[in-house]
This record gives sequence, structure tokens and C-alpha cells, in this order.
Amino acid sequence: MSGFVRPGGIARRAWLRACGGGLAAGLLPTGAVRAATGDGPAATVSIDNFTFAPASVTIRPGTTVTWTNHDDSPHLVVLPALNVRSQAMDTDQAFSHRFDAAGEFDYFCALHPYMKGRVIVKR
Amino acid sequence: MAIDDAIRDPDGIDRRGFLKCMSWAGSAMIWTVAGGIPRSGLIGSAGAATAGFTFAQISDSHLGFNKPANPDVTFTLKSALDRVAAEKPAFLIHTGDITHLSKPAEFDTGAQLIGATKLTTHYVPGEHDILEDDGKSYLNRFGKGTKGQGWYSFDAQGVHFVGLVNVVDLKAGGMGNLGQEQLQWLERDLASKSASTPIVVFAHIPLWVVYAEWGWGTQDGARALTYLKRFGSVTVLNGHIHQVMQKVEGHVAFHTARSTAFPQPAPGTAPSPGPKLVPAGELQGLLGTARVSLVRNDAPLAIVDTPLAG
Repeated sequence: MSGFVRPGGIARRAWLRACGGGLAAGLLPTGAVRAATGDGPAATVSIDNFTFAPASVTIRPGTTVTWTNHDDSPHLVVLPALNVRSQAMDTDQAFSHRFDAAGEFDYFCALHPYMKGRVIVKR
Repeated sequence: MAIDDAIRDPDGIDRRGFLKCMSWAGSAMIWTVAGGIPRSGLIGSAGAATAGFTFAQISDSHLGFNKPANPDVTFTLKSALDRVAAEKPAFLIHTGDITHLSKPAEFDTGAQLIGATKLTTHYVPGEHDILEDDGKSYLNRFGKGTKGQGWYSFDAQGVHFVGLVNVVDLKAGGMGNLGQEQLQWLERDLASKSASTPIVVFAHIPLWVVYAEWGWGTQDGARALTYLKRFGSVTVLNGHIHQVMQKVEGHVAFHTARSTAFPQPAPGTAPSPGPKLVPAGELQGLLGTARVSLVRNDAPLAIVDTPLAG
């Protein structure tokens, strides 16, 4: 794939690197919140039926995790250890946060605190 | 069991006839306090005209919600308020989740619709009302003069009313939360009241544990209830779960009101407590209001839960 060159002469990988972040942000519905974004590795967590899936994600430092809410109810992501709190995500809205430091970070939904998840950041 | 047309209210209106008249009406709860014990009943049914003291409860209006479970929550709130206003209760209690996402436009709609009833309204916030600005949007509009995050008490017709806030500082895995500061205030607030004073406590999330798996309860609610034990008549009014649940424990009667917006499933009957989608014709029967009357006799308080439609 790395040999693939777009008509404009930009290699596909370079194009993805240059535009991927912006493209992803552009696809987010209006009102979506991106606390910390940027290029680099990404991971996703889906919210369905008041459940974070997967409940635990293991990532490398510098990875951006994006939560997307597929429920009819709004949800939030609160990371107490990092003092991070998303805005309310309504249906199909998303929130992203980049994890730079290693550690285990528990989070929950401020509207439905029984909804819990964990992000494990390992070098 | 089908609605029994043999059930007649003292005013002679049969239940079926009454329910027929309620199509697309709003849902609120009317409470009648009799002998110091609140009872609920269908809004518009018995009790409204009896001597005594009546107030209404509405809950969970979720203004701003626009999903299939109810695409027009403004209309259903207005319907509920119309019904309530027609009952001429002494005042109205809103047990929270006035808004869906704490947006200014949602608060404005609520203030406008509820204000149009000209009824004195006592509010407590739901977790949906404090999503922005640490709850300041709520406090500025509906919580003026309250303590802490919006708790307070007042007296009416010999009944002591306490509005509590159990939606702030929720913890992972936990349920509703009152917190130390509020509990200490509650203890002091109740200390001067005689044991014969009827007490009505209202808060958004049920103070008793309805269903812990969905967070339907209050973590430190039991401590609040210890302060209430010595009173002869305690009524606890909540919302949050969008359905009627009642239980009596000693002198304490617990009651949750319907939502004016959309129903939620009974505990454990669905994969999640998300909005319950029902056929359009059935929605109004699952939304409701409550009316409470205080009647100075030996009968209990009357709580009448009223669906928007039968």
C-alpha cells in the first residue's frame, strides 16, 4: 500500500497522516467534543444499551480514544483521575481524549454512574 | 384486567368515562394529605373538591428530548400542566429532569410553560438539569434562595416539605448521592419539628433502592431515612424512573411519579433503562401526573397517579 500514489503525487500513507485527523473530526456530528485530538494511533469505544464496549481498552501512550454514543439517551465520559469530563453526548455524538501517560484510568457515565469502563495505557 | 367500568368515583363519574375524557391530556400526580398522610389518585378523579389541601407533582419533562419514544415532549408537558392547573392545587412540585441536556432553550421552555400555570412551583434538579456550568443554569432559574446545590424546606398547611438534591457528585458504580453537607443540614432542619408534623420529602432519584443494577436508588438515602424515623407520617416523592412504584415501610410511604415525556422499562425487564418505545396510542397512558391532598381527618393522604390518557 505504501507504494500507492494518488494522482496528486502524495503517497496514500502520507495523505492519511496529513488529512486523517481532520477528516475524522469532520465526520463527527455537530456538537461533538474532542478534548484532545491529533494524529497518531486511535482506539474506539462504542456505547450501546448503556454499556461501554469494549469495557476495557489497552493502548499505547499517545493513543486517542473516541467514544461514540449509539443510544437514544445521552451519556458522558468522566475520567476522575485525569479531571476530564466530556459534555453530554447525544445520539451518534462522540468524544475523544488522547492518553499520553501510562496508567490505568477508570471512567464512568455521569448520568448513569453504573456504566463503567477502563483505559489501560501501557508503554 | 381490563379497566372495570364498575369502579365508580364518589362523584359518580365512572372510571371508563373519565379515562375516555383524558385522551391526550398531560400527566401529573395529585396528592391529598388527610390526617397527615398523603394519598395519591388519578388526577381529575375523587378528592379534588374535598376539604383539605392538595398539591400536584410532575416529573421528568426532559424538554429537548426528540427521539421516537416521544417526538413532542413539549406538547405532553403542556398537556400535563393543563390538567394540573384545572385541578387548582395549592402548588406544584417538579421532581427534576425538567430538561434533557441542560440547554438554555430547554430551561426557557420549561420556565415559560410551567410559569403559564401561575402555580407556585417547587423544584429539585435531576441529573439532566446540571450537565452544564456546575448546575448554575438550573440554580439561576429554578433554585433561587436554596441551599447548597439546590436543597431547601418550607411549610404549607401544617406539612413540612423538604426538597433534596441527590444528583450531584455521583460516583462510578454508585447510585444517587445526598452527601455529608446536605445530610447534616437535613438533620438540623428536622430537629425542630415535632414528631406529629407530617413530612413530605421530594428528590429526583428514589431515596430507596428500587433497582441497584440500574442505579435506581440513593447511596446514602438510608441515613436520611434515619432522621425521618421518629415522624408519624413521612411521604417520599421521587421521579427518575419514569413509572409509578410505591412501597410503605413503617410510617414512610415511598412513591415515584411518571414522566411527562417518555416511559422507561420496569426494572430488569430490558437490557437497559433507555426510553421505552410504545405504540403511539399507548404513550399517553404511560405518562402521568400526581396529585396529593391533605385532608384533616383519619383517612390517609390521597395520592392519585394520573396517566395522560387511559
